Amino acid sequence: MAADSAHASQQSQDEETRRDFLYLMATAMGVVGTGAFAWPLVNSMNPSKEVLALASTEVDLSPIEVGQSLTVMWRGKPVFIRHRTEAEIAEAADVALDELPDQEADADRVVKPEWLVVGGNCTHLGCVPLGQKTGDEKGEYGGWFCPCHGSHYDTSGRIRKGPAPENLPVPPVEFLDDTTIKIG
Amino acid sequence: MSEHLKTNNALIKWIDHRLPVFSMMNETMIDYPAPKNLNYWWNFGSLAGFALVVMIVTGIVLAMQYTAHVDYAFNSVERIMRDVNGGWLIRYIHMNMASFFFIVVFIHMFRGLYYGSYKAPREILWMLGVVILLLMMATAFMGYVLPWGQMSFWGATVITNLFSAIPVFGEAIVVWLWGGFSVDNPTLNRFFALHYLLPFVIVGVVVVHLWALHRFGSNNPLGIEANGQQDKIPFHPYYTVKDAFGVGVFLLAFSGFLFFAPNFLGHPDNYIPANPLVTPAHIVPEWYFLPFYAILRSIPDKLLGVVAMFASIGILFILPWLDRSPVRSAKFRPVYKWFFWLFFANCILLGWVGQEAAEGLPLILGRLATAWYFIHFLVVLPLLGVMERPKPLPVSISEPVLSGGGGLAAAAAKPMEKA
Ligand code: HEM
Ligand code: FES
Repeated sequence: MAADSAHASQQSQDEETRRDFLYLMATAMGVVGTGAFAWPLVNSMNPSKEVLALASTEVDLSPIEVGQSLTVMWRGKPVFIRHRTEAEIAEAADVALDELPDQEADADRVVKPEWLVVGGNCTHLGCVPLGQKTGDEKGEYGGWFCPCHGSHYDTSGRIRKGPAPENLPVPPVEFLDDTTIKIG
Repeated sequence: MSEHLKTNNALIKWIDHRLPVFSMMNETMIDYPAPKNLNYWWNFGSLAGFALVVMIVTGIVLAMQYTAHVDYAFNSVERIMRDVNGGWLIRYIHMNMASFFFIVVFIHMFRGLYYGSYKAPREILWMLGVVILLLMMATAFMGYVLPWGQMSFWGATVITNLFSAIPVFGEAIVVWLWGGFSVDNPTLNRFFALHYLLPFVIVGVVVVHLWALHRFGSNNPLGIEANGQQDKIPFHPYYTVKDAFGVGVFLLAFSGFLFFAPNFLGHPDNYIPANPLVTPAHIVPEWYFLPFYAILRSIPDKLLGVVAMFASIGILFILPWLDRSPVRSAKFRPVYKWFFWLFFANCILLGWVGQEAAEGLPLILGRLATAWYFIHFLVVLPLLGVMERPKPLPVSISEPVLSGGGGLAAAAAKPMEKA
């Protein structure tokens, strides 16, 4: 008797684990299947082909005098081009790396030292820092100053003070000839 | 108060038998038993519902005239203002009611804080309210982007960039949110789609919010449970009339802004078309975001600032477990009452700091106020729960009334008929 009922309950337990297994597999299939179809919907919100296609800009540098700056648009955002003075280049090159929050040598950020090309959006929350126009406040390090929450960038576009965590990004730059660059 | 529908109309009976909508309406809005001592702070729930309906109705009409494209959006809004019949009125209602909606909801929430409405058994009711607040913020933020003025554009840039603070995936998430490499046409389009959708999601959450409310009924100024029928009155006509009166007063104040200062709460820079090359000298969010913006800015680290800002709302979700005091109403909490008003003043201070430049005195005050905001929830409330000695609670809602303002003797003699 006792053995019998033990056997029966053993069997029903077996059946339950099999059924559990089927439940689990069916649910897993459902989840994976839903996920597989959700992905194209989510991915459709990523940049589309025509947005990606607008990925490069050519700029003629010849009109920019030493000490002047130009702002161009690349991928819908401003890019700062500064024709740096000797003093600005020296200042950027002479800083000891361990003084920088985001350590990068000036030499690694430029193709030719007199031409600095950096993204024109503050790495904090994306405002356009001041410093492109002659009358602008350039911040404590002579580069750019972001008035939104007070970030100071140096003459290499590196963050020196304020809430921004990173240097102004350097886009891919290529010199097509002495006075023409391609960004992107 | 019978829960049964009283009607002689055969058609209504026929329908109600098959689909009990009339019974349901009767139970939730007519015979629904409400505590008899609710004061005017209890008007703000129905006022919020009223504001939501106004937003949806004016929004749908605006959407018929609005063009969600970076080249046309600004001009389509100007066209609404100048050429569309009554367009200025419809847009100004939508604009100002958004502000009033937030005023109403903030008061509604402070009411909950004062009278302890978030305490058991109303935790889920409270948490659903916080969900509604988050959805409202998302909706209002995306709506503000639609006119594509300077503040629209730079507000959108700054707020979407908050997500770039997320480690590792931050950049990818921001590009995904934008649908490009900056706030641009794809961003505007999806914001419009979501701005249209989210208010209806809010309606859905409001329904669940009310469902949770009707499980135990409203809290009340004394913060004690209603003790059966003698503590309650039917919602209609008592509170329908009181709520309608509230709507009247509300509309009076609203009309003052609508007709005499429709741009008072807005920012003039939003009447300049968006320009991705120039950030306005002083960007500020809409006033209802200022306290949160102040918290964001008062922390010098990008990631921690973002975390603190979201935490300032997130902490409301766990409030029912931070405040351990068994007494709900601040009326009977002599110490908490003061801390409540201190917290309230602190929120106003944060709002003021949020619209000042983040330097000098405002920066220091902002840091102190941010610290206090969290200390209130994480230190003061848990400590008060054990250290404060609450005043004695009345035995029932009816008792102070029946005994002429106090005393337990009258309460003992009071009939205790149950429903
Ligand atoms: C929770 C409810 C809602 C809130 C808080 C809200 C908030 C806002 C805000 C703050 C603006 C910017 C107003 C301005 O400065 O011009 C706006 C604009 C707009 N909203 Fe809403 N809205 C809501 C519901 C809706 C709904 C349901 C629709 C449409 C179905 C809608 C359609 C529009 C349109 C077309 C605009 C652009 C025109 C304009 O700027 O006035 N809104 N909304
Ligand atoms: S966006 Fe530049 S400091 Fe915040």
